[in-house]
Amino acid sequence: MYLPDFDYYAPETLQEVTALLAELGPSAKPIAGGTDILVKMKSGVVTPSALVSLKNLHELRPIRWDDDRGLVIGALATHNEIRDSPVVQQHFLSLSEAAHKLANNQVRNRGTIGGNLVNAIPSADLPPLLIALGAQVTMVGPNGSRTVPLESFFTGVSCCVLEPEGEIVTEIVIPPQDTTGSTYIKFGLRKSGALAVVGVAAAVTMDDAVIRDARVCLGAVYIVPVRATQAEQLVIGKTWTDDLLEQAGRIAVGCCLPISDIRASAEYRRDLVRIFTHRALKTAITQGHV
Amino acid sequence: MQAIADKQGIKHYLVNLTVNGDEYSPVIKGNTLLVNLLRDELDLTGTKKGCEMGDCGSCTVLLDGRPVDACLVLALEADGREVTTIEGVAQHGELDRLQRSFADNAAVQCGYCTPGMILSAKALLTRNPHPTEPEVRAAIAGNLCRCTGYVNIVKAVLDAADGESISETAAECALDDASSCEEVTA
Repeated sequence: MYLPDFDYYAPETLQEVTALLAELGPSAKPIAGGTDILVKMKSGVVTPSALVSLKNLHELRPIRWDDDRGLVIGALATHNEIRDSPVVQQHFLSLSEAAHKLANNQVRNRGTIGGNLVNAIPSADLPPLLIALGAQVTMVGPNGSRTVPLESFFTGVSCCVLEPEGEIVTEIVIPPQDTTGSTYIKFGLRKSGALAVVGVAAAVTMDDAVIRDARVCLGAVYIVPVRATQAEQLVIGKTWTDDLLEQAGRIAVGCCLPISDIRASAEYRRDLVRIFTHRALKTAITQGHV
Repeated sequence: MQAIADKQGIKHYLVNLTVNGDEYSPVIKGNTLLVNLLRDELDLTGTKKGCEMGDCGSCTVLLDGRPVDACLVLALEADGREVTTIEGVAQHGELDRLQRSFADNAAVQCGYCTPGMILSAKALLTRNPHPTEPEVRAAIAGNLCRCTGYVNIVKAVLDAADGESISETAAECALDDASSCEEVTA
């Protein structure tokens, strides 16, 4: 399987990348790990006239903790770098675990967090948890930089707010928080290398047995990752019980609009949302690690 | 990166990379995939092509020591980097301990997944010399065996790991000279 012809550029600086992308126009695409765009090019879904490689932007790779800003993840950090990062494991162990649930080892060594977001498929594994943890996305383009909550980053299947002419994601930031537990639960048809049929993330802040705050985000059951707001409202301020979480699961089903496809029917996905919302909340509450 | 346009206006680029310790400087088109550079230009056909979509792992090579699917890496992205293919695993004509273990454990049926399996396992044992069975299974999860011979493959990797644990001296010299290792471990 061969790729069509295209021009290839590998600029040395962020400024050069954005300027070049702006100059070449929307038919030029940035390439990071390539695990999504090269597959799309092979199947003819996208046919860029040029690829602009981000491989020399080493400043977009590190993952660090900043006391004011929180966990700062460079957009070019690979999934295995996120999984193995001591900083991630110290502050948000659930993110390290979620990164391990994505694709397979070979893809995790190439694929980047920025690419995972920009690719914007509804079944992406990182967005539900990142949204539950209140992550922000920083983008840089020819006209400067801007930051949006990840929750409002996605606009549809394979669509996001990124400007097609020259803008790239540079950073994902998870703010410091008093969240006491979080998790991402995925159901795929295989343990490895399978897209999520349903993925549910939950993040909770507990005062002993009382749920002070809860955020639940559902993946693969709508055109974008979606918060189960009504389910969150039900549990906030209450003492947690299995019955309460079970009820939250039933309410979460009303927050999504899944499709039937080759992997599962809509009915099956709704049932998974009910069970996984219950399970994710319970894990976040009882397991305790953020 | 140096580029020359041909008569059709298609650009060709000079890329410098190390494959199995040898330096190469091929001139290639931008759309050349690493797997095709290795197989078609460098004649290293031990790297196999399966799905070519990053699902099967037949084309697994090590890029700076990490397993990647060579079907999803532009050859240009390997510029300045180190690639290890299955041809680079045996040293001085002696099979690597892992390769020997695959043979001894009958971990090969049709053999098509074997190069990728060995490289994924090699990367695992380099990072984690004494993996548990679940760790082995996770490390080779991106390598599909259509003969479904996983049981013996996992056994072979665990056996090779045990072998390395016999003596640190043996493990160290295995890097240099596989033949003298046998004397140490015997």
